[in-house]
Amino acid sequence: MQYTPLDQVRSRYDAIVVGSGLGGLTCANRLAAAGHSVLLLEHHIQLGGLAAWFKRGGHIFDVSLHGFPYGMVKTCKKYWGKAIRDSIVQLKNIVFDNPQFSLRTTFSKEDFIRILQGRFGIDPEVVDKFFATVDGMNFYDDQRLTTRELFARFFPGRSDVHRLLMEPITYANGSTLDEPAITYGIVFSNFMNRGVYTFEGGTDKLIGLMADELRAKGVDICTGAKVDRILVEKGMTAGVAVKGRELKARAVVSNAGVTNTIDQLVGQDRFAADFIGRFSKVRVNNSSCQVYFGVRPGESIPDVGDLLFTSTAVEFSSEEMRRMDTGSRTFSLYYPKTRPQRPPDYTIVASMNADYGDWAGLDQEAYRTAKEAMVDRCFADLSRYLPGIRAKVDTVESATPRTFHRYTLHTKGTSFGTKFEGLDISRSLHKEIGGLFHVGSVGIIMSGWLGAINYGVIVANDVDGYLRG
Amino acid sequence: MSRDEIKDVLLEIIADIDEEADFASLDADAPLRDQLDLDSMDFLDIVMELRKRYKLQVPEEEYPQLATLTSCIDYLEPKLQKF
Ligand SMILES: Cc1cc2nc3c(=O)[nH]c(=O)nc-3n(C[C@H](O)[C@H](O)[C@H](O)COP(=O)(O)OP(=O)(O)OC[C@H]3O[C@@H](n4cnc5c(N)ncnc54)[C@H](O)[C@@H]3O)c2cc1C
Repeated sequence: MQYTPLDQVRSRYDAIVVGSGLGGLTCANRLAAAGHSVLLLEHHIQLGGLAAWFKRGGHIFDVSLHGFPYGMVKTCKKYWGKAIRDSIVQLKNIVFDNPQFSLRTTFSKEDFIRILQGRFGIDPEVVDKFFATVDGMNFYDDQRLTTRELFARFFPGRSDVHRLLMEPITYANGSTLDEPAITYGIVFSNFMNRGVYTFEGGTDKLIGLMADELRAKGVDICTGAKVDRILVEKGMTAGVAVKGRELKARAVVSNAGVTNTIDQLVGQDRFAADFIGRFSKVRVNNSSCQVYFGVRPGESIPDVGDLLFTSTAVEFSSEEMRRMDTGSRTFSLYYPKTRPQRPPDYTIVASMNADYGDWAGLDQEAYRTAKEAMVDRCFADLSRYLPGIRAKVDTVESATPRTFHRYTLHTKGTSFGTKFEGLDISRSLHKEIGGLFHVGSVGIIMSGWLGAINYGVIVANDVDGYLRG
Repeated sequence: MSRDEIKDVLLEIIADIDEEADFASLDADAPLRDQLDLDSMDFLDIVMELRKRYKLQVPEEEYPQLATLTSCIDYLEPKLQKF
């Protein structure tokens, strides 16, 4: 895709957006729709951030297209248009397989009620009350109650139920049982609304449509443009420094991580001490590992489900799920229906949670060995669902926290932004430095495709208010 | 703007946000959220549209005043006098 070369962009815009993740793209789109001139700068050669895809061995692999909530339908229609909305389709076969239970579900509320009552023998009244509680949770509720306490209240001693309810959410946003229960309630209810959805046509199609939309609205886009500094003059945002050029803007929206924004792009010394005191408590979420398998053209695999939550661990444990040798992983199966516009292709992506620290310090040899061992474990587990799969695969690739860090620059390669406390920091940046905004995964509830897009809209409203103020 | 004109503008903005919105049985004194299936993102859209059209800034603390059609009109009437 051709974008504007950096030396041809104007020297002044109303707003500059740094980073083209779903949050940055959406914010740019909303600001342009509101009539502001917008420049979008992306360090990578491809737009989309973690909404990424890559080509290898004739296959296209999707990095973060495993599933999102139904809310994407309304959000995409309102903020990106009908063409994007119309490609959203349901993934109907979600499979759980672990030492405690094996089952198949649509991952919707009706189906979970059926499973909790029938399979797990939970009193219907308790199930009802649990759903009423999580459905009613919102940002303004008590933030001290943890998810662990929430589960203990409704399903004491039922580690199997805790696993059913929590494991998918731990994969979706890296949260543990010790986060505020509201973060669980908000995200879980979003999914339970109608199940799990995907984008037909693939991530490349989605990002391509978004780029078309931005260009149609006159947004200038530069890729391969890593912003070095956000410029602050007299306590106000003035623009950015990128590849030796200074570009002016009254508002700068950073889609880099909130920690990267404060530590590297602006610099802690630009903020008041008490703000930095609060900021120092912000923890980033874990990173990820993935193994990508491409099935040789002409071969096929049977339909064993769209998204498989698999584990050999005795019970749910978010710590176990982050270990290098974890036995817990999701398998996303991409059948030819994923990209009906292309020749039939089968790909499979294994995803695991991971800690950056475990991978960062390895020397080249140890890193290579660790990656090979991971690929082997994934093959072994996958063979349980698809016997003989090794012989059908012609392409294997893997990614670790180091990979995610390299492509997004995010602190510790975080896959899902920050823990809950990061949201307040992100929301209050502009109160510290006029015209400085952050958009992107923070606070658990503002992560994932839906969270990032919605947050892009919320921040665009703040920026618009500032620019018209 | 008169109260009726403000009402028309509001309904027009809401119709843009939610094509399926049905105003026939709308109770002006009951929360819009419950009757029209509006969520907090929709309210944000209303706020942004009002700013675009009338340069009107609605601070976050005042969002609760947009709860019902009547409370919206009460809130906007003094602010939209000059239009
Ligand atoms: C392995 C994995 C699987 C996932 N699966 C799902 C899923 O199935 N469903 C779901 O809903 N979510 C999923 N997610 C989460 C989801 O992808 C993210 O929450 C979302 O895409 C993040 O969007 P964002 O706006 O925060 O920006 P990001 O995608 O984090 O992008 C930030 C962008 O900023 C750019 N940038 C950073 N610094 C600079 C700089 N200095 N100058 C210029 N550009 C810069 C980066 O290059 C990047 O493009 C997954 C994430 C991972 C890692």
